[in-house]
Amino acid sequence: MALLTENGKGCLPDYEVQGAKKVSFSPYSDNGGSVVALAGDDFCVIAADTRLSTGFSIYTREQDKLFPLSNTTILGCSGCWCDTLTLTRLLSARMQMYKHEHQKEMTTPAAAQMLSIMLYHKRFFPYYVSNILAGLDENGKGCIYSYDPIGHCEKTTYRAGGSAGALLQPLLDNQIGYKNQEGVTPAVLTQEKAVAILKDVFTSAAERDIYTGDGISIKIITKDGIKDSSFALRKD
Amino acid sequence: MAFIGKDAVPLWHNGPSPGAFYHFPGNQYGTGGFQKSQSPITTGTSVIGIKFKDGVIIAADVLGSYGSLARYRNLERIMKVNDNTILGASGDYADFQCIKSYVERKILEEKCLDDGFSLKPKALHCWLTRVMYNRRSNFDPFWNNFVIAGLEDEKPFLATVDKLGTAYSDPVIATGYGAYMATPVLRKAYEENSEMSKEEAIELLYKVMQVLFYRDARSFPKYHLGIITKEKGVEIQGPITLDSYWGPAIL
Repeated sequence: MALLTENGKGCLPDYEVQGAKKVSFSPYSDNGGSVVALAGDDFCVIAADTRLSTGFSIYTREQDKLFPLSNTTILGCSGCWCDTLTLTRLLSARMQMYKHEHQKEMTTPAAAQMLSIMLYHKRFFPYYVSNILAGLDENGKGCIYSYDPIGHCEKTTYRAGGSAGALLQPLLDNQIGYKNQEGVTPAVLTQEKAVAILKDVFTSAAERDIYTGDGISIKIITKDGIKDSSFALRKD
Repeated sequence: MAFIGKDAVPLWHNGPSPGAFYHFPGNQYGTGGFQKSQSPITTGTSVIGIKFKDGVIIAADVLGSYGSLARYRNLERIMKVNDNTILGASGDYADFQCIKSYVERKILEEKCLDDGFSLKPKALHCWLTRVMYNRRSNFDPFWNNFVIAGLEDEKPFLATVDKLGTAYSDPVIATGYGAYMATPVLRKAYEENSEMSKEEAIELLYKVMQVLFYRDARSFPKYHLGIITKEKGVEIQGPITLDSYWGPAIL
């Protein structure tokens, strides 16, 4: 009787047939990762953690998520790794085409606009990637552009994105933007302070976010070029 | 029975409706008679791999499972691509055979050029990533996890691609259940000695395959090894039989 009422229509359900089971397919996966970028007057620093994971398992502990697009532009990506791979491959191809066509490298604001268009081009089957673009503008001043997966673009001076983005942004608001503080005079951000805050911020994220950890790679962009460094985080 | 509500029982259920023979399920959205995003049918379980001092080694057992049925007991899931690359596959075996034929055609076309160049493992890895990503974007994925191993400029290379086109390279790689059970053992061994010899690596993979056989219900005590070294090039060894002790399991 339970069967009759369960089915709702007053008849017995069909037999469950053994055999091939349909498995649902999702074209996206969440591979985690966090990116933080800070801009100063004559430099820009961007960092990303090096953990690539899915669910509760870590794929690799040493995956670079920063992609240099030119001598003054770096893109940090997190989210769906297969989309990241495809997007960055397309981007670097277009950067190269621009260079050969115009005999100069694309500026950071131009690259930022191009990225926005490329993301919106896939509006109805988006690249599931959270992008942060860091670089120097035409005047050599540090600038940061942050995006949503479908191409909304905003220019800022500091930004946290990826799996620990919501965790870190308020911390940056307070420490870099001097928000919600009384009686402080904002000091100009120096390279040393930016890197120190970056390390602290990622150490904190690794404590609370399981998709962030293992290590970070840091890139500092100045007019003289890009400087690389790295920093270890907890591996559990 | 004066009032028949909208929940009334249909008179004739599960049979031909008036004017039609039968309702076939699944084509009401019109995929043009082509069924996309299937599910894997005949499957292979984990592939495991690790780098050692001057080469790479991967292992995969010989079972082709049909759901829970151990249907094919002698399938080779490791292929030699060329003299410096091997490819291992877990997941749907038919999809692997399809990819295998593509790769073989690529290799043949390249041989015909006769320019002395051959496909490098990184190039194969990159190409496979594009193939897998393309199929997932059309909602018709190849249901596989591939492991690519080889020597690139005499340096060991080990990487993987999954059905979405998620690709990465690591000194230790395990797919399927191996990701949970083999990775910790392999990573520990690699961290203790990243310069292990070929013999040590073979012994390590034997132990790891044993662990997988004890706990993975879709595994089999026979496996192939794909080894690649500077001295001997590509070797596909096997099938190697695993020892197992099930004494405590017998009542």
